Amino acid sequence: MKEALRTSVVMLAMLTLLTGVAYPLVVTAVAQVAFPAQANGSLIVREGRPVGSSLIGQPFSGPRYFRGRPSATSPVPYNAASSGGSNLGPLNPALKDGVQARIADLRREAPGLEGIPVDLVTASGSGLDPHISPASAEAQASRVAKARGMSEDEVRALIVRHSEGRQFGILGEPRVNVLLLNLSLDEATERP
Amino acid sequence: MTTSGLIQIGLYLLALGACARPLGLFMAGVYEGRIPRIVAFLRPLERLIYRIAGIAPEAEIGWRRYATALLGFSLVSIVSVYALQRFQGVLPLNPEGLPAVSADSAFNTAVSFGTNTNWQGYGGEATMSYLTQALALTVQNFVSAAAGMAVLAALIRGFSRHDSDTIGNFWVDLTRSTLYILLPLSLVLALVLVSQGVVQTFSPYREITLVEPGPGVDGKETKTQRIAVGPAASQVAIKQLGTNGGGFFNANSAHPLENPTPLSNSLEMLALLLIPAALCLTFGEMIGDRRQGWAVLSAMTIVFVAMIGLAVVAEGRGNPALAALGVDQAGGNMEGKEVRFGSDMSALWAVATTAASNGAVNSMHDSFTPLGGLAAMWLMQLGEVIFGGVGSGLYGMLAFALVAVFLAGLMVGRTPEYLGKKIGAFEMKMASLVILLPCATVLVGTAVAVSLPQGKAAVANPGPHGFSEILYALSSASNNNGSAFAGLGANNPFYNGLLGLAMLVGRFGVMIPILAIAGALAAKKRTPVGPGTLPTHTPLFVALLAAVVVVVGALSFFPALALGPIVEHLMLPA
Repeated sequence: MKEALRTSVVMLAMLTLLTGVAYPLVVTAVAQVAFPAQANGSLIVREGRPVGSSLIGQPFSGPRYFRGRPSATSPVPYNAASSGGSNLGPLNPALKDGVQARIADLRREAPGLEGIPVDLVTASGSGLDPHISPASAEAQASRVAKARGMSEDEVRALIVRHSEGRQFGILGEPRVNVLLLNLSLDEATERP
Repeated sequence: MTTSGLIQIGLYLLALGACARPLGLFMAGVYEGRIPRIVAFLRPLERLIYRIAGIAPEAEIGWRRYATALLGFSLVSIVSVYALQRFQGVLPLNPEGLPAVSADSAFNTAVSFGTNTNWQGYGGEATMSYLTQALALTVQNFVSAAAGMAVLAALIRGFSRHDSDTIGNFWVDLTRSTLYILLPLSLVLALVLVSQGVVQTFSPYREITLVEPGPGVDGKETKTQRIAVGPAASQVAIKQLGTNGGGFFNANSAHPLENPTPLSNSLEMLALLLIPAALCLTFGEMIGDRRQGWAVLSAMTIVFVAMIGLAVVAEGRGNPALAALGVDQAGGNMEGKEVRFGSDMSALWAVATTAASNGAVNSMHDSFTPLGGLAAMWLMQLGEVIFGGVGSGLYGMLAFALVAVFLAGLMVGRTPEYLGKKIGAFEMKMASLVILLPCATVLVGTAVAVSLPQGKAAVANPGPHGFSEILYALSSASNNNGSAFAGLGANNPFYNGLLGLAMLVGRFGVMIPILAIAGALAAKKRTPVGPGTLPTHTPLFVALLAAVVVVVGALSFFPALALGPIVEHLMLPA
């Protein structure tokens, strides 16, 4: 056993150099050269300063912005330094209450809204989901248009611009990037 | 289940089957010392490692010394991971100034990563420094996986040799698994993942100003967002390939910087079953009868596909408890799921990650429908043999194969044989240990946890779901999976200790009997195939093997499951 332990220490040290030092450094070096934007968090830069990451959602609650998925991160929603979901079980009364409150909230601003897409009222797994479904964007289009004094067609055109289809036409689900959509809404309204 | 989901599942299975064969043959070459040409340039590095460590690579050892080396290496690994966590506060590469991890959590994490479980009681971005992530966690992702593959290689040699008192050299199997298999695959996968948006940097977290201020604590506004980054891609690649599953971020592969696109999702999902599937064909190649490898792979696939069906359909139907509220659940049960993956790919991932003892998640299993959660939980309870962990899945499945030939032998009254070896009382005892120890740990551990106030206090959801959380945690730890019904507040001394013990039993209580079987088989004579030999490459045997796994799993866990997910399903509104 003593011999096995000595060999173990030396082997672990060498495999650490290989997999814990050399490997991450090589990946970092290649990544920083070949894919610098992605490797550093896919930051969106406007007027020289980062306003967010195109992969990380932000909290939106005002009528002028499209809302993203509800976020269960703690202590504040969309806390990108502490990701996580609600972990509410399917029969937990807190899940039903939360969904009911979100529906009431949406209907306050858009009375009579029916068939609310499920992703708009359920918390994402990461609490940072940057996307909503196209149906969830459509459900908010007229509210945002009214609040900004834009035509619904203008707003829909922006939704389409920030929609992504299935990757290669097959993989994943169609989706709309909420932060990019809201940024371009701001740009559109600021224009003279 | 949507049409698009069906197509993606089909493509996934096809891709897995297509990659398994070449990789399986490649790995057979590695374990037989015929290093494939594409990685042969690493040979000087391999020899250098042996020279520094004073290892004679050609010296083979028996099963007892093999087990000693394995245990010694695992012990040193666990101690080193523990120490790095306890001292990270004073060590470099800690730009966020994270303090030392608590003793119980550090013990749990050290055992968790040293046993290839990668259960995470902590939240990565808020707990571990970059140094700990790289030197402790990433390293264990490699070497604990390599140790599992080494034990499998030893077991396969037990079948392929005869009249031999050695089963290989642990250090050689460990080094070759790391150097020629895990490292090259991880390097390629990590870079592809970065191209999709997985972060890879040693810079501090980014702080940005929110476009619209959000709600804050105590009625204040939140004006900024701190975005956790780090050297994630390098760790994510190996956590998938090595069936580890320990995420860089708390949300694991649901986090957009860990799994940003549907392509990254597909590749990560492929990576988590790739080596366990391919090892079946490595097995066939090394024993000189590829049909045996395909037979085992087929038995695994049958159970896998059945569970995919259950989970994908259950999640796709949505949550009946929300149906009356006016929600359009065409998207399925989306609580805890990400829009870019949707319900189908989240359910497929959940089945793949629990079939393999991976445990990485791209959605929160705690919020699954009762039947979706049941599929995930039961796949772990089967003993992680439906693909299972790298190495550990197949050696567990081969223990089930021994039980299957034994049962068949009982039915026709003949001495059971498998792959030309007569299976005697010793092998059967060891195979029974392999199967029963994790089962017992799950059930006894759950019983202990639900009987004590500390166990019950950690539950986050009321009713049977709370019981499911505890059962899931013990199933995950005892079978070295690592996924969680994450609502359970398990980062406290009680659960850190209990689950740590369960992981140790589930790992070494299985590995040691497996090595004993390997040693016993290697010493046996080869029995020629006779008229009474049960062929083990036929559809009949595939069905028998799958049935043994399913029946043992069903009989052991039906009562426990009835108290959790099954009763919860019956409570759903119609």
